[in-house]
Amino acid sequence: MKTFKTLNNKALAWIKFAVFLLALIPMFKLVSDAYFDNLGANPIEKITHSTGYWALAFILITLTITPLRRFSGWNWLQRFRRMLGLYAFFYASLHFLTYLALDQFFDWTSIVNDIVKRPYITVGFAAFLLLIPLAITSNNRIIKRMGGKQWLLLHRTVYVCAVGGVIHYWWLVKKDITNPLTFAILLGILLGIRLFYWLRGLHKSRAGFWNFA
Amino acid sequence: MQLAASTALAGLLPSVALAGEPLTNVKKSAESLPDPLTSLKDITSYNNFYEFGTAKDDPARNAGSLRTRPWTVSVEGEVNKPKVFDIEELLKLAPLEERIYRLRCVEAWSMVIPWIGYSLAELLKQVEPTGNAKYVEFISLEDPKQMPGQRDATLNWPYREGLRMDEAMHPLTLLAVGLYGEVLPNQNGAPIRLVAPWKYGFKSAKSIVKIRLTEKQPITSWMEAGPSEYGFYSNVNPAVDHPRWSQAKERRIGEFFKRPTLPFNGYADQVAQLYAGMDLTKYF
Repeated sequence: MKTFKTLNNKALAWIKFAVFLLALIPMFKLVSDAYFDNLGANPIEKITHSTGYWALAFILITLTITPLRRFSGWNWLQRFRRMLGLYAFFYASLHFLTYLALDQFFDWTSIVNDIVKRPYITVGFAAFLLLIPLAITSNNRIIKRMGGKQWLLLHRTVYVCAVGGVIHYWWLVKKDITNPLTFAILLGILLGIRLFYWLRGLHKSRAGFWNFA
Repeated sequence: MQLAASTALAGLLPSVALAGEPLTNVKKSAESLPDPLTSLKDITSYNNFYEFGTAKDDPARNAGSLRTRPWTVSVEGEVNKPKVFDIEELLKLAPLEERIYRLRCVEAWSMVIPWIGYSLAELLKQVEPTGNAKYVEFISLEDPKQMPGQRDATLNWPYREGLRMDEAMHPLTLLAVGLYGEVLPNQNGAPIRLVAPWKYGFKSAKSIVKIRLTEKQPITSWMEAGPSEYGFYSNVNPAVDHPRWSQAKERRIGEFFKRPTLPFNGYADQVAQLYAGMDLTKYF
């Protein structure tokens, strides 16, 4: 059996295309539900919740790529990270625009009040703002110009966005925290894996140093 | 088939009213609101009834397992004549009236609902409250077999709510057994529920099995769940925000633009005097 360690470009292009379409399903579901009047009694709430849920889901999916690549040795997985990250930004933007245009209808006083006075909105808004530079710097030209190290450093911000997103969700639910708790546990695992690798790296380099000495 | 069977049964049994069947001899309400009614579909598909799940569409999906017959309501505590009422008796205890009320949820959405029922005062008068009766506690059914949401400890079951005696005796306070001309659908709190239209929706206990008159202020399920967020009074008040969100505006289900929320949900003329001299930011 093939191990999928390497994929030819053609296969990769096909998988990319499939993932691209799959990632659009939540949006198409919303559009078709809107068309067939299936959004329920409170359509604006439904759209807000759905886009927010998928923004957070795509952040977590994006954060799964690197650990998955390490465990499996499938290095080509890395080539999906940018697209998935941009989808996270896409759904986060829809989420924010829904709040702005449909929920608040550009009532700026009320929006500013929300951002200043409602901690869950403050955190959610901040997480969204932090995603913007990541989305802007998601092309090869800019990576080259920034230099890999700088780029990597900037893109670590995504950890902050993910934590902010989970807190935003946790703080807004009235009582039932099942969903935000699930996201929090998954994020804990994903960040835990990184912490583990980081500590091991630290340990190894120190061990290497002592061996050398 | 089902319709034929139920019609045949209706001939044999003394009228067993089940969800969705029409209620007869209902007096139309004298006062009507200028606001258009929320559709029956929205009223019966968008519900907060955590006994059947926490998503808005859970109750409509899961409440079919609730058995509303046989059903009794025990009225007890600080009363001279405690009594266990059978639901059939409650349906005939006073003339049924249609009352069109606004319903404002603490989550900042609202509806306009044509309820059917009669003032809670009619029932309370029959049991003769004693001089010690200062509060009324409402206890909803607890049965995880019928109410799958109770398998999770979302709230401390059974659901408990309460009113001050003068609030409970206020003519606006309704004991509802139907809506839109029909027997109350299960997801809306069948077979009998409270409606206190100037308070946030969660104050109006559903599927009530016990009404207890007490001297001390009862502790409600929501007060236990979040004492800083849900107070005993929970009057609709645009000037007092929920700690996490604004209560100044609301989205009426079916409308795009938000409406300003009215003090006491628009019933200030009838109920504001109940709270004269009280600091409503403290007694929220």
